[in-house]
Amino acid sequence: MGAEFVALSLPPILIGICVAVACALPGNFLLLRRQALIGDAISHVVLPGIVVAFLVTGLVATGPMLLGAAAAAVIAVIAIEAIRRLGRIEAGAAMGVVFTAMFAGGVLLLEQSDTSSVHLDVEHALFGNLESLIWLDATGWASLMDPVALATIPVELPRMALALVVICAFLFLFWRPLSLSTFDEGYAQGLGIAPGPLGLGLVIMSAIAAVAAFDAVGSIIVIAMFICPPAAARMMTNRLGHQVAWSAGFAALAAVLGYVLAGYGPLWIGAGGSVSAAGMIATVSGLILGVAAMAGPHRTRNS
Amino acid sequence: MNIALVTDQAFEVDRAARTASPLSVRGLTVSYGQTPAIFSVDMTVRAGAMTAIVGPNGAGKSTLLKAALGVVTPLAGSVSVFGQPLAKMRDRIAYVPQRASVDWDFPTRVIDVVMMGLYRQLGLLGRIRAKHRAQAMNCLERVGMTDFATRQIGQLSGGQQQRVFLARALAQDADIYVLDEPFAGVDAATEKAIIAVLKELRDTGRTVLAVHHDLTTVPDYFDDVVLLNTQVVAAGPVVDTFTETNLQAAYGGRLATARVDPESAAG
Repeated sequence: MGAEFVALSLPPILIGICVAVACALPGNFLLLRRQALIGDAISHVVLPGIVVAFLVTGLVATGPMLLGAAAAAVIAVIAIEAIRRLGRIEAGAAMGVVFTAMFAGGVLLLEQSDTSSVHLDVEHALFGNLESLIWLDATGWASLMDPVALATIPVELPRMALALVVICAFLFLFWRPLSLSTFDEGYAQGLGIAPGPLGLGLVIMSAIAAVAAFDAVGSIIVIAMFICPPAAARMMTNRLGHQVAWSAGFAALAAVLGYVLAGYGPLWIGAGGSVSAAGMIATVSGLILGVAAMAGPHRTRNS
Repeated sequence: MNIALVTDQAFEVDRAARTASPLSVRGLTVSYGQTPAIFSVDMTVRAGAMTAIVGPNGAGKSTLLKAALGVVTPLAGSVSVFGQPLAKMRDRIAYVPQRASVDWDFPTRVIDVVMMGLYRQLGLLGRIRAKHRAQAMNCLERVGMTDFATRQIGQLSGGQQQRVFLARALAQDADIYVLDEPFAGVDAATEKAIIAVLKELRDTGRTVLAVHHDLTTVPDYFDDVVLLNTQVVAAGPVVDTFTETNLQAAYGGRLATARVDPESAAG
């Protein structure tokens, strides 16, 4: 089973774990800052940016996609401010309108443009193509040590691993000011911590996670991973460091369990074929949240 | 010529007082929208004294503190700390924000909150050593909260939360303690404990500046008072400044509801 597993299942599972953890880590802080919807918003807004970047460059590459996504985010912020001021509409409603409209615009762009040569389409945008990220040159566990074979590993894996390393480094370096300003912004400012750049850094980390993950797994799993693992982790502990560790654990568990269930679950219940791994991973993360909400030791406040 | 000389002298005297002052603001104006929250406020806090900022709701008391600490950006005006710009003197000031300004469900323990006071000492990646923990525990002891060190902060009463906030400021070992409504919604025992700590700070040469809402305790607790209603109405030692006339001017028609005893406040 070794060779088949390493070639077919190991890369998607590792990519799934990287995506889930990369989204869950900044998600903890977004949740505690009551900005959980930012994760949702980012993953919607980036779609038109990614599509336009592809139309301009003709490549599915991280650099142009990140730039396109960043441009889309800037446009979104300007549009939200404009709607809020000119239309006198409440900020939450303005955000909802802009994010859904931009995502819908991205879907239309995708349908109309010729993206048949690469895997970039509407279904892809939602669910990604985790199952197809296979490593054809792998012959077994030994391939992990073989530079020639490693060169053909799906590019999504090193890309996602790099994003995860960047996010971990950011959180490690700025852990103190970030947690301090998340808890008590006024006090943090009194200490000379500038919450503006720090909050922007957090949003940028979330954007890096969303954009890097987008190509491999689609937007559904990104939205779920920003919120479900941290929310479940909050009910397991009353300490921030422990919560972040729990959220990473839950995210990895959802990725592995979701991938296995998507591949073999239908067979086990007697149905044929398999279901979307990304969809199943998101579902499992929701189930974990449900279990934590019913059985977690700190699910009620002040306990 | 003479006039110019006198003005220069007055300016020199004023400048000397400001240089000696732990916290001095000039022409401070802050606006959140169309109307200013505070307008052209001058305030020179006396070193080694306890000063209360008093005024009606919406007078801009908290805003004045936040602007003096750089928590909100003023439209105009300057802040000096021992005669230096605020940015260079952050280590000298400890701030105790309003208790209601944070989410007490935040996943953290009492001791972790007190450790936040050591941030400028520890830096981004400095290791927390036994001496830092001892420092934090010592601060908890000064506010009578050692037994609660490992509790989640949401399990505390309002008074206990306020004591934890004070302990966090104590951990900074600052020269100036700036408190926003430290007695709001706390029990009598906590109020006593907090005022004892503040008086001890003053008696060891520290300066205390607090927004205070209970007019009846101003003469007991404080040395100086600043009466604020968007602008400074009066400022100075409590005995000279905390008068019926000045209070009327600060509170206008609302003084009756602020229930001041005319006998004691007659000055």
